[in-house]
Amino acid sequence: MYAQLVKTEGTKSLEEMTAEERAFQERIDRGEKIEPKEWMPEGYRKTLIRQIGQHAHSEIVGQLPEGNWITRAPTLERKAILLAKVQDEAGHGLYLYCAAETLGVSRDELMEKLHNGTMKYSSIFNYPTLNWADIGAVGWLVDGAAIMNQVPLQRTSFGPYSRAMIRICKEESFHQRQGYDIMMKMAAGTPEQKAMAQDALNRFWYPSLMMFGPSDKDSVHSTQSMAWKIKINTNDELRQKFVDQTVPQAEYLGLTIPDANLKWNEEKGGYDFSEPDWSEFFDVIAGNGPCNKERLGARVKAWEDGTWFREALVAHAEKAQARRMASKVAAE
Amino acid sequence: MSSEWPLWEVFIRGQHGLNHRHVGSLHAPDAEMAIKNARDVYTRRNEGVSIWVVRSSEIAASSPSDKGPLFEPSNSKVYRHPTFFDIPEEVGHM
Amino acid sequence: MATLDLAVDQAALFECLLRLGDNTLVLGHRVSEWCGHSPVLEEDIALANTALDLIGQTQLWLGLAGEVEGKGRTADNLAYLRDAAAFRNLLLVERPNGDFGQTLMRQFLFDAWHFEMLTALTRSADKRVAEIAAKALKEVAYHLERSSDLVIRLGDGTAESHRRMQRALDDLWSYTGEMFVTDDADKAMAEAGIMPDPASLRGPWEARIRDVLAEATLAVPTGTYVHKGGRKGVHTEHLGFILADMQFLQRAYPGATW
Repeated sequence: MYAQLVKTEGTKSLEEMTAEERAFQERIDRGEKIEPKEWMPEGYRKTLIRQIGQHAHSEIVGQLPEGNWITRAPTLERKAILLAKVQDEAGHGLYLYCAAETLGVSRDELMEKLHNGTMKYSSIFNYPTLNWADIGAVGWLVDGAAIMNQVPLQRTSFGPYSRAMIRICKEESFHQRQGYDIMMKMAAGTPEQKAMAQDALNRFWYPSLMMFGPSDKDSVHSTQSMAWKIKINTNDELRQKFVDQTVPQAEYLGLTIPDANLKWNEEKGGYDFSEPDWSEFFDVIAGNGPCNKERLGARVKAWEDGTWFREALVAHAEKAQARRMASKVAAE
Repeated sequence: MSSEWPLWEVFIRGQHGLNHRHVGSLHAPDAEMAIKNARDVYTRRNEGVSIWVVRSSEIAASSPSDKGPLFEPSNSKVYRHPTFFDIPEEVGHM
Repeated sequence: MATLDLAVDQAALFECLLRLGDNTLVLGHRVSEWCGHSPVLEEDIALANTALDLIGQTQLWLGLAGEVEGKGRTADNLAYLRDAAAFRNLLLVERPNGDFGQTLMRQFLFDAWHFEMLTALTRSADKRVAEIAAKALKEVAYHLERSSDLVIRLGDGTAESHRRMQRALDDLWSYTGEMFVTDDADKAMAEAGIMPDPASLRGPWEARIRDVLAEATLAVPTGTYVHKGGRKGVHTEHLGFILADMQFLQRAYPGATW
């Protein structure tokens, strides 16, 4: 998901591995956690930096589509809930950047790579939030998809990543519920509200399915990541699980999932459904989504406009430190 | 001038008077702000009553390769654990 | 209700509660505009906490205002269905965010006043007012600690941050006087022991900001002109745009529940 385009080297068999690599793989197979200062293959480190970094970027870029409606939330309570939720996303970005930093990369370096486009974030956040029901749909579908991906990642092999995911999952439990709560109000509201809810579902359904990434049945990258337990399920498994979970929720709302081919398949015990348009997915990843420029632009602007602020606080801390030293010397 | 704020490790004592526990990290220009930021970042859900922060670079850590010598010797000191001793039931709770 | 004293001018009480609630509503709105756009993640999170506190206080003040008015209006009705002329907030809180320094300076100037106001309100003869104030005061004491600290650090940071903070202070200064103007409603509240006379807050407010600004190496402006009108419903052009944003859904879809 957040590792949509994270590439790794092909997997080695245990026989092809060096002694160190083999010992490392065996630790992972035993379910041991890998901690920052321990030996790890360079590929593991690099893949994790990319994956955790992109996960972190997704959280902070993910603040923007919802943040878009904070000032327009329709009641004081909705405003507070939405603000608290978007604030949580900043927190989740923060935890994840810290987890990545234990691998020897700084947060500023990761920011730099987000800003210059060499690192990506989840494609979903390049879609616009056009009406209030979109805030419901983002919580219900987008957070729903994210949680599906994040829950198994609590068991990931890298200790700091796993601990960050545990904290994030704990905090996120209210996010999807608040989204669904908005959808319930909209779907049971005036005809105009119900139309907004349907419109939101229509626009967010396929982008949500895309969040799991293209089918990775035959992908060597996925095989390696799964061997390292930095990816726990295949994209297709998670997508199927998401559809199976979401269809009854849409039915409860009285909304129609925009897929004529959606049908219960008794034999597999899940729904058959249409694939999203993957050419659209690659267009969005390549920078041609509806909001790529606004989203990245907003992040770059926040960073550049804030440079003086960050520098000033460092300068003040240095001055204060120097003053403390001087008064200590004077006292001696 | 680099404007990157140093990294701090955050320890929080929860509501119940237990030890401070490591909860995560954050960036701050100095210790005072690290404490304030920790309050805002790590106690949003009423998690804490006391905060410690320490610069990540100041933490001295045991080396992973010493794990054997450091921790395995205590494996054999089973008598340190209360379950090592069989106390007759008649004696009551001990 | 035990505290409903018929000798107390209910219209004046309503008016003064709106002033408290509209201040926190409009400032909370302004501060929330930063969410996702702050210079650094830690600040983004901290500012959202401030905004959340202010929104929570708004619910309490406007809720009480609706109760005092007695016409069945809720806090949401008052926030979302009044036009600009019925808003009673200080002009200071509707000033645009500007750069991060301006936002923090506005916050500091307001917090220092808010702290004195709430401290006095905890001694209110109206128990409902005193209770809300006691809850809000804990939150605002932290807001003030944080904004004072940042004003000091930025004033005494780099040449650029010093320049920006001085400019922010100079720009906002003429909007601070309105906090201490006393009118008939204020007098009625002061006489009833429900709220302090705003003029009485000036001394402690000024003492505090002089201390902080001195430590921040910032010069206290000498101008004496006071922009006012907000507390009587005559606002700057900015409030109309804030309300256009804030009230859009309630206005476009009247009667819907959200």
